[in-house]
Amino acid sequence: MTNLLVWPVLVPLLGGLATLLAPRLANPLGLACSLATLGAAAALVVVFADQGPMILALGGWAPGLGIALRADGLSVALLAMSSLVGLAAGVYATGYFADPDVRGRFWSLWLLLSAALHALLLSGDLFNLYVTLELLALVAVALTALGGGRAALEAALRYLTIGLLGSLVFLLGVTLLYAGYGTLDLVGLAGALRPEPVAWVALSLLTVGLLIKSALFPLHFWLPPAHANAPAPVSAVLSALVVKAAFYMVLRLWFDVFDPALTQAAANLLGVLGGAAVLWGSWRALRAERLKLLAAYSTVAQLGYLFMFLPLLLALPPGPSRDVAFGALVLLALSHGFAKSALFLGAGVIQQRAGHDRIADLGGTARALPVTTFVLALAGVALIGLPPSGTFLAKWQLLASAIETGQWLWLPIVGIGTLLAGAYCFRVLGHAFGPSDRVGAALAVGGEEIPALLLAITATVVLGLGAAGLWEFLALGTAFDGGSR
Amino acid sequence: MLPEYIVFGLTGIGLFVIGLRAALVQAAALARILAINVAGTGIFLVFVTLAYRGHDAAPDPVPHALVLTGIVVAVSATALALALVRRLPATPGEDGDD
Repeated sequence: MTNLLVWPVLVPLLGGLATLLAPRLANPLGLACSLATLGAAAALVVVFADQGPMILALGGWAPGLGIALRADGLSVALLAMSSLVGLAAGVYATGYFADPDVRGRFWSLWLLLSAALHALLLSGDLFNLYVTLELLALVAVALTALGGGRAALEAALRYLTIGLLGSLVFLLGVTLLYAGYGTLDLVGLAGALRPEPVAWVALSLLTVGLLIKSALFPLHFWLPPAHANAPAPVSAVLSALVVKAAFYMVLRLWFDVFDPALTQAAANLLGVLGGAAVLWGSWRALRAERLKLLAAYSTVAQLGYLFMFLPLLLALPPGPSRDVAFGALVLLALSHGFAKSALFLGAGVIQQRAGHDRIADLGGTARALPVTTFVLALAGVALIGLPPSGTFLAKWQLLASAIETGQWLWLPIVGIGTLLAGAYCFRVLGHAFGPSDRVGAALAVGGEEIPALLLAITATVVLGLGAAGLWEFLALGTAFDGGSR
Repeated sequence: MLPEYIVFGLTGIGLFVIGLRAALVQAAALARILAINVAGTGIFLVFVTLAYRGHDAAPDPVPHALVLTGIVVAVSATALALALVRRLPATPGEDGDD
C-alpha cells in the first residue's frame, strides 16, 4: 500500500491547479481538497502505525537513478500536523479574505504550498529536497506578498533574496556530495559517507543554507517582518509549518545521513545559537508593540529550543535515551506548530474586529471577544510550557537530557526563556483584560474563532495528554537508514 | 597546463563567490537579483563539470538533468523577484490599495 505516499502530495497539487482554473469556486474546492489531504494524511498515519516505514520508488525506477518517496515516524507526524493546521487555517481563510480574487489566489497558492511541504517531508533524495524546499519558499514568498501593502512587498522581497542565498549555499553542498559520493539518494549517501573533508564541507554548506531558511539566530532577521506583515492565515502557516520544514531537513541530514561525520563541537555551536535565539527572540517578543510581531519573535525563540536539542541528541548514546529526547523534540515542534497557528489566527480575529493589533490598545478584548482571548491564553500556556501542554513535557525532557549529559549551560537558558515567555504572554492578557473606553461591544462567538480554538486546544490538551502515543509512533522505525524495507 | 575540468570547476566556484559577495554587499534589489543569478550560474557550471568522465566516455547524464531542473527553479525565482521589484514603486506606503 505504498501508493498511499503519493496522495498527500497529489491531492493538494491538483487542487491548487483546479482553484487556479476556477477561482470562483475557490472556497468549496479548497476546503474539499484540504479535507481530502487530511484524509490522505490520516490514512498514512493508520497504515504507518500498522506496517511501519514505507518506501515508494516513483515510476518504478530504483533509487539512485530514480527518486524515492519515504515515510517514517518523523515525516508522518509532521505531515499529519501540516494537514490539520492547513485545514484550520483554510477554514479561517474562507471568511478572512473579502475580495474573491485574493481568495482565489490564496487558495491556489496555499494548496501548492501544502503539496510542496508534503513532498519535502516524503522526499528520500537530496536534490528532490532542494527542489521542494525552493518550491516551498517561492510559494511562501507569494503568499507573504498577498496582502499587497508596501511593508508586505518589501518583507516578501527580502524573504525571497535571503531564501535564494540560503538555497544556493545548500545547492553547492549538494554538488559537493555528488562529486564525492556519486549519489544523492539519502540512504545511498548514508551508506557511503565517511568522516572526511568533503563530508564536513558539504555538511557545513547544507547546514548554513538550512539555518538561513529556518531563521536560526543571528540569521533570523528576515522572519519577523515577513511573518508579521503577511495576512493572518498565511502567517499562521508560515510560522507553524514552513520554518519547520528547513528544521526537519537539518534533523534528517544530521542524524540519518551525516551521523558518522558529526562532531560534538558543531552541534554545540548550533545549540549555543539556539540558546541565543531563545533569549533574543523572547526579549524582542516582550518588547513588541504589535501582537503579530510578538508572535513572530516568539517563533524565533521557539526555533531556538528546537536547535538546543541537537547537542543533547548527539551527546546521548543511540538507543532508548536518545529516542526519548528525540520524541520530546518532535513533541515540541508539533506543540509549537499548533499553538503558534492558533495565536496568529487569534491575532487575525482581533485585527479584523478591532482594526488593529497594537498590544497597548487591546483593552476590552476580553469582553468583546472572550473566545479569542481564551485562545490567546491557551496558546500562551503551550508557548510558555505550562502543564498539561506538550511543550511542558518536551521542556521537562530537555532539562532531563541536559542533566543526564552534564550540559549545564542549557538549564539557565530554558529557565530565563520560560520566564520571558510567561512575561510576554501575560502582557498580552493583561492588556486584553484591561478596561476599554468603547462601550457596547457585543458578547458573541464568531464562527471565525472556532479554528483557532481547536488548534489551541490541540496544542495544550490533546498533545499533552496524548504524548505517550507519539513516542511509540516514532519508535516504529525509520525508512532512511537503509536497513528497513 | 591544468586539465580542462579543473579550469571549469574553479571558474564555477569563482563565479559563485563573486555572486555571493555582490548579493551580500549590493543594496539595490535589481543588483542583488543579478548577483544571485551569477552565483547560481557558478554552481551550475560546477555541476556540468562533474558530468565529465574523460574525452572518450559519454558524460554522466544525472548532473545535466539536475542542472536543467536548477535552471527552471532559478528562472522562476528570478521572475517572482522581478515581479515584486516592479510592484514596489507603485505601492503606497500605508494601505494596500493600488
